[in-house]
Amino acid sequence: MSEGKEKEMIKVEKLNKSFGDLHVLKDIDLKVNESDVVVLIGASGSGKSTLLRCLNFLEIKNSGKIVIEGDQIEQETHDLNKVRERVGMVFQHFNLFPHKTVLGNIIEAPTQVKGISKEQAIKEGKLLLDKVGLGDKYNVYPSTLSGGQKQRVAIARALAMKPDVMLFDEPTSALDPELVGEVLSTMKELADDGMTMVVVTHEMGFAREVGDWVVYMHDGKIVESGIPIDLFDNPRKERTKEFLGSIL
Amino acid sequence: MSGIKHFFDVFINSFDVFVEGFKITIYLSVASLLIAFIIGLFFAILKISNVKILQWIADAYIWLVRGTPLIVQIFVLYYGLTEIILLDKFWAGVAGLAFHSGAYIAEIIRGAIQSIDKGQTEAGRSLGMTSGLTMRRIILPQAFRRAVPSLGNQFIIGIKDSSLVSFIGMQELFGVASTQGSNNFDYLPFYLTVAVYYLIIVLVLTVLVNMLEKKMAQSD
Repeated sequence: MSEGKEKEMIKVEKLNKSFGDLHVLKDIDLKVNESDVVVLIGASGSGKSTLLRCLNFLEIKNSGKIVIEGDQIEQETHDLNKVRERVGMVFQHFNLFPHKTVLGNIIEAPTQVKGISKEQAIKEGKLLLDKVGLGDKYNVYPSTLSGGQKQRVAIARALAMKPDVMLFDEPTSALDPELVGEVLSTMKELADDGMTMVVVTHEMGFAREVGDWVVYMHDGKIVESGIPIDLFDNPRKERTKEFLGSIL
Repeated sequence: MSGIKHFFDVFINSFDVFVEGFKITIYLSVASLLIAFIIGLFFAILKISNVKILQWIADAYIWLVRGTPLIVQIFVLYYGLTEIILLDKFWAGVAGLAFHSGAYIAEIIRGAIQSIDKGQTEAGRSLGMTSGLTMRRIILPQAFRRAVPSLGNQFIIGIKDSSLVSFIGMQELFGVASTQGSNNFDYLPFYLTVAVYYLIIVLVLTVLVNMLEKKMAQSD
C-alpha cells in the first residue's frame, strides 16, 4: 500500500452486501498488495467478518467489484471453487474435520481437489506441521488438541492448498488467553515469509506489530485506514478515537 | 411345569421349520433395509436441497408413508405390483418394507446432516471443495456417525415389521409360527418360540450397533 509499485493482490471497489433488509457492507473500497498484511478492526457487527467472507465468496456480494490478482471475479463467469483454492481461510472456531486425523485434515483438499498423490500430500503436510510446530501430532484426532494447536492445524490445512492469500477471521477470539500467543506467532512467521494476509482481529498488539495497513470499520463502512503507527497514534476521525479509546 | 416342558419340546422339535422361516426373515430384512437406506439417503438429500419441488417430492413421500399403516402399504404394493410387473411375493414384501422404512431413515439422515455444524461445510468450501465433494467427504461421514444409534433402532423396527409380510403369504418366522400353530391346534408355544427367535436377532443386532458406536467414537 505504501509504495504503489507492488503487485495488487486484491482490489475491492464499491462493494455492497445485504442480508435481507440489513445493509452490512456499504461501498467498501480496499486494496491489498502482495506480501502485505492488512488488518481489519472494528466493533462486532461492523461488517469486517462479512467483508472477509465476501473475499472468499462464502458470501456473495450484492454489487461492486472484487478483483483478485487482476482478475475480476463474478459468480456468473468464474468457477468460485477454483478461486477459493487460491484464497485460504482460517476461521474463529477452527472448523477442523473431527472425523479425520490432523494429517487427514491437511491432505484432504490437496488430494481431493488438486489431485495430488497421497504420498506427496503427506510429505508436504508433515513439513507444514513442522512449520506450525506440531510435527509430532500428525496422527492424532483434533479432539485431543488444545485450541491453539487446533488453530495452528487449521492454518497448516489452509496452507496445504498453497494459496496466494490467506484470510483470518478472528483466529484467536475463541482461544483461552494463554493460547493466543502461539497462534499469533505462527501468523507472524507466515507474514515474515511474505504471505499476503487479511486479518480480522481484536488483537491490537498484532495489528500494530505485524500489520502493514490497518482498516477501521464501523457500521458497514470503512471509517479510516492507514499504516498502524498513524491509525493507532494519530487517528484523524472522532469515531476511530472513540473506538481505540474504548479498547486500549 | 408341564406347560414349560411342552414349550421346550415344541421349541426343539420345530427347529428345522423355523430355520427356514428364519432365513427368509433375514433375507427380507437385509434386502429391504439396504434398499430403504438408499431410498432414505436419496430423499434426505432431496429434503435438504434448496430446490422447492424436490423438497415437496420428499415431503409427499414421507407424508404418504407416515400417514398409512404398513400393512396397508404391503397389501397395496402386493396387489398393485404383482398385477403390473409380476413381482413375486418376496420382492413385493421387500418393496413394501423398503418403501416404509425409507421414509423414517430419510428423516433420521436429514436430521443428522442438519446437526453437523455449518462451519464444516464452510471449511470444505473454503478449501476449494465443491458442495458435492464437501457433502460426500466431510458432512456425510460425520452425519452417519451421529445417526448410528437411531439407524440401529430403525433397523430393529424394520426386522420386526418384516413379520407383517406373512399376511401376503410369506413363510418367514411369523408365518411359520402361525402355520404351525394352526396345524397343531396349539398356538401359544409356537408364538413363544417365534418371540425367542426375534429376541435373538435383535440382541445380536444391538450388540453389533453398540460395537459400531464404540468404534466410531474413537475420534471424539
